[in-house]
Amino acid sequence: MSRLHAQDVRVRLGGKPVVDGVTAAFESGTVTAILGPNGAGKSTLLACLAGLRRPQSGRVDLDRDDVLAMAPRARARRVGVLPQTQEVAWAVEARILVGLGRTPFIGSSGLSIEDAAAIDRAMAAAGVVELGDRDVTTLSGGERGRVLIARALAGEPEWLLADEPLTGLDPGHQLDAGELFRTLAHDQGKGVIVTLHDLSLAARIADRIIVMAAGKVLADGPPAEALSPEVMARAYGVRARVIQGEGGPLIEIVGRGG
Amino acid sequence: MTRRRTTLLALGVLLVLLSLVSMAAGRVWVPLSDWLNPGDPRWSIIFELRLPRTILAIAVGAALGMAGAAMQGYTRNPLADPGALGVSSMGALGAVLTLYLGAGAADPWVITAFAMLGALVAVFLLLALSGRASSIVTFVLAGVILQTMAGAGVALALSLAPNPWAVNEIVNWLMGSLADRSMPEVQTALPLIAVGCGLLLAIGRSLDALTLGETGARSLGVNMVAVRWMLALGVALTAGASVAVTGVIGFVGLIVPHLLRPLVGAQPGGLLGPSALGGAVLVLAADIAVRLTPAAGEVKLGVAMAVLGGPFFFALLLSLRRRIA
Repeated sequence: MSRLHAQDVRVRLGGKPVVDGVTAAFESGTVTAILGPNGAGKSTLLACLAGLRRPQSGRVDLDRDDVLAMAPRARARRVGVLPQTQEVAWAVEARILVGLGRTPFIGSSGLSIEDAAAIDRAMAAAGVVELGDRDVTTLSGGERGRVLIARALAGEPEWLLADEPLTGLDPGHQLDAGELFRTLAHDQGKGVIVTLHDLSLAARIADRIIVMAAGKVLADGPPAEALSPEVMARAYGVRARVIQGEGGPLIEIVGRGG
Repeated sequence: MTRRRTTLLALGVLLVLLSLVSMAAGRVWVPLSDWLNPGDPRWSIIFELRLPRTILAIAVGAALGMAGAAMQGYTRNPLADPGALGVSSMGALGAVLTLYLGAGAADPWVITAFAMLGALVAVFLLLALSGRASSIVTFVLAGVILQTMAGAGVALALSLAPNPWAVNEIVNWLMGSLADRSMPEVQTALPLIAVGCGLLLAIGRSLDALTLGETGARSLGVNMVAVRWMLALGVALTAGASVAVTGVIGFVGLIVPHLLRPLVGAQPGGLLGPSALGGAVLVLAADIAVRLTPAAGEVKLGVAMAVLGGPFFFALLLSLRRRIA
């Protein structure tokens, strides 16, 4: 059981508050989705949780340790991050790219047998085994996204913090990835925090939803509670209603205005 | 993996063969049979002129090849190279400024130290000017600015120089050459280049992780501040020490990693060693070619590399144009 705890985290960028006093505790074994309109501060909050950005005030603790005070390598072993930019600078094979996820474990002797096994497991879990030999720069955006998910899994971290991991995936692979996050959390006891834009998808895969707007937490709870029409109106400025679909709740955006 | 091994083996064999040719080739050909006869006057040609020249060609080639590969890995930009982006020119400016130091400048260590200082300033300016995003365009522009500043600085230093004899000497040296180098120069450059290469090799894995961008690398536990310092010091030592003994020899770090990427893989860390080997082969081959070119005086090595590298740079830019646009 692990706990990631943000306490009154504040980040200002260019004089404007981007994350404005967020307090939230995350437990492992749970999939948490962070939602909110563009510029709500989702990615910045995620970077603070990952220990990649120093907030102007407030702190983030992983169990008993301040994430910013942890040794970068030790932190990287426990907290896996999937950045929003799908940047891949060089034309390397997918398997080599996934192997970069082992960076916090690799000593001077290169990839060990355990490293290779972890890479195999990650590629199988993300369903990209057949892309192993392909040059990543020639893959489609969705294929590349799945290879990058495998890259984040290769370190087998306790925590997976993913910034819009489902963007660019087709509906089938979105479901697969969502299912993968649930398996990681529910069966393997990992903590999963993802930022998403698709409300229905979030309602379907997340155990808990945090809705942010203008750097503040607007709602925090199970999907049925957090995705209420009132919250949608305040966060996005849209009229929405929740329909019980066959596979889970559907959020229909009826129109503009609250 | 096998293609990588074959390439490395081929480069290694080529380096040994070229080293033997380099010892024998020149205006006076010395057959291998004469090497063991210290009484022969040609013996001193081999061991006092050609041996240091061969060692320096290998060391400088390796240094420039690895510095180019490391800069490209860090900036995620295939156009990065100490010669093309003004690092070598700033090193040359540092060395030229020792002209004004008077008697102290006679010591090769002073020139070397100033060349490395110039290169170090250049790397930091380059990283600062190109900023965090390090897009290809801003990076090349930053290099152009540095190159221009260094060129202007050298021109100013030369036009204000105290005596014309020194100017002539410096202009010759600026063009980049391995002719008439001796063992003391080897002793100055070799340890510095070795330490520089060691620093660059040590950040190999971090450069690999940078394939995922700076956020990606940091999330994998890479300490970007440490990497930036080691890169800057490594490039300053390798490129700076090279400039101090041979003048400006450009394009090695641009050509070699580009040619090797399809053969040994594009992973930046895995490209460092092969680029050093490839750089050594390229500079040694170019130096032999320069020696054997029939001309009144010897064609300068730096000039020959520029003739070779200019069109290559051009072709590389054309092939990248789609990516930049």
